[in-house]
Amino acid sequence: MNNSVPPTDSEVILGILNNQESVLKRLYLAYFPMVLQLIINNSGTQDDAKDIYQEAIIVLYNKVKGGEFELSSKLKTFIYSVCRRLWLKRLSQMNRYGGDIRDFEQHLPVEEDVDLHSDRDIQFEKMEGALQLLGEPCKTIIEDFYINNRSMQEICEKFGYTNADNAKTQKYKCLQRLKKLFFQQK
Amino acid sequence: MSNYQLTEAIERYLKGEMSSEERAHFEQLRKDNADIDSKIAEHLHFTGLLNQYRERLELEDKLNAIHHEIDVHALVEEMTVHPSWIVQMWRNHHSKISVAASVAIFAVLTTMFSTGYFSNRNQPHYKELRDQIEGVKQAAKRLDSKTNDLAREIGSRKRMLSPSNYKGTGFAVSSSGYIVTNYHVIGNKYDSLYVQNAAGESFHAIKVYADPTYDVAILKIDDESFNGLPALPYNFKRMKSDLGEDVFTLGYSEGDAPVMDKGYVSSTDGFKGDSVRMRVSIPVNPGNSGGPLVNSKGSIIGIVSGMQTQTEGASYAIKTGYFYKAIQNVPQDSLSGKLSLGNKNTLAGLSRVQQIKKMQNYVFMVKVY
Repeated sequence: MNNSVPPTDSEVILGILNNQESVLKRLYLAYFPMVLQLIINNSGTQDDAKDIYQEAIIVLYNKVKGGEFELSSKLKTFIYSVCRRLWLKRLSQMNRYGGDIRDFEQHLPVEEDVDLHSDRDIQFEKMEGALQLLGEPCKTIIEDFYINNRSMQEICEKFGYTNADNAKTQKYKCLQRLKKLFFQQK
Repeated sequence: MSNYQLTEAIERYLKGEMSSEERAHFEQLRKDNADIDSKIAEHLHFTGLLNQYRERLELEDKLNAIHHEIDVHALVEEMTVHPSWIVQMWRNHHSKISVAASVAIFAVLTTMFSTGYFSNRNQPHYKELRDQIEGVKQAAKRLDSKTNDLAREIGSRKRMLSPSNYKGTGFAVSSSGYIVTNYHVIGNKYDSLYVQNAAGESFHAIKVYADPTYDVAILKIDDESFNGLPALPYNFKRMKSDLGEDVFTLGYSEGDAPVMDKGYVSSTDGFKGDSVRMRVSIPVNPGNSGGPLVNSKGSIIGIVSGMQTQTEGASYAIKTGYFYKAIQNVPQDSLSGKLSLGNKNTLAGLSRVQQIKKMQNYVFMVKVY
C-alpha cells in the first residue's frame, strides 16, 4: 500500500483494532508535518515535535483500543487538538508560555483525553521505575513471563534452574517485590 | 493455602490452565472467600498494568521506527515561517540590542549631565542691557523717509533722526567731550556712533578706546556743532563702595528722555563672584547699560552694565576703579583733547532733584548704527 496516501479515518480505527502496522505507519506519516509545523512555530524543536506527536498517537491508540473512540470529528483535528493541548502544558511547565499560540488548524477541547493520558503516563513511569529498581535476574524473569509472554519452561532453561518449581518460586518472589516497589512509589 | 500457592493458583485459573474439576473447586472458593476474590482482582489489575507497559513500549518502538524514516530536517526547513529579517534579527539579538540601547541612553544622559545641560538651563545667567531694536527696523524705515524729508526742511542743523540699531547710555568724563560707556553697547560691528543729550541734540562720536575685558569703551564727541561742556559737576569715587549705600542711575531705557532709577549697593562682588563688578539692587532695563551709578553725594561709583535674568532687581555695575584703569590705558596719541577726570564735586550738598537736574546734561544716549 502506498505510504504517502493518508488513510481514511475508519481505516485507521480498524487498523489499530486489528494491530495493522502498515496503517499505523501511514497515519504517522500523514499527520506528522502538521504537528511539526505547530511545535516549531511555537518555540519548540524537532525533538519536542516528535515527543508530542508520539504521545498524541498513544492517546489515540489507547482510546481506540479502549473502545471509547467515537468518530465525532476528523482524526486530523483530534490529533492536532491533543498535540496543541500537550504542547501548551509543556510550555507552561517550562514557564515559556506567553499566553499566545500560533494555530494552523481548527481544534477541539480534549482536556479529558489528555488528563486520562497523563494518568496512564504516571502509571507507566512508575512501572518503569519499579522495574529499574527490581534488579536482575528478577527484572528479566518478570519481563519474560509477563511482558514477553514466555513460558516457564523457557525461563527455566534460560536461567539454568534445575526444575520449574524453583523458577516459579523465584518468579513469585520477584512479583511480590515488584508490587511492593510499584506501590511504594509516589 | 500459602500466598505463594494462591498466586500460583490464580495465575493458572486466569490462564485457563486448570482442569474443569479444579476450576469448579476454585470458583467455589472464590465465591465463599471475598479475600480471594479481591486478590484475583488485584492480580488482574497489576498484570493489566504490566500489559499496558508492554504495549506502550512496543508502540513506542514502532513509532520510533516509523519516525526514523522521515526526513525531519527537510520538513523543518519547509515548515518554518520565515519572518522578515528585521523581526528575525530582533528575535535572535533582542537582548544584545536592549543592552546596547541602554548603554547608549546612559551615555547620552551622562554626557548631558557632565556638560551641564541639566544645570545651565534653569540657572540664571547674565544679560547685558543693550537694547536691541532690530525688530522694529521695517517700520522704522518707513518713518525714516518721512523724517528725512522733514530734516531737509529744517536744514540748518545736523541732527541724526533715524533710529539706531542699538542704544545704551554713556556719560561725560571730561568737559572736552569724552564719554564713557560699556563696550558691549557699541561692540565691534558698527557703522557709526552718535550720542544724544537730554535736550535731544545728536552729535557724531568716535571710539577712542575699548576694553572688552572690563566692558569699558571711551568715546569722543567729534562734531562741529559740539562746543564743549561746562565743567563736570560730579567726581569719581575710587574707594570701595559700602554695602547698603544709596545709589541712583540715569539712563535712556525708554524714549528720548533720561530715566532715573534708585536703589542700593547689595553686594561688593558681581555675578558669581565677579570682582570687576558690584551688585546693585536697582530696577534697570535694556538701554541702561553704560549709565552712571551715582551715590547720594553725587560721586560716580560705577557703570551700570547688566542684570541677572531671574532675580528681580539684581543689577551689576562696573566698579569705578576698573574704568580708571581703562582710562589710563588709553594711548596718549589717540587723544585729541585732554582727558582728565574731574575731581570737583558740586553736587554734594544738593537735593537729589537738583543733582539730577545738573547731571542730566552730561548723560548721553549712545546710538549705534
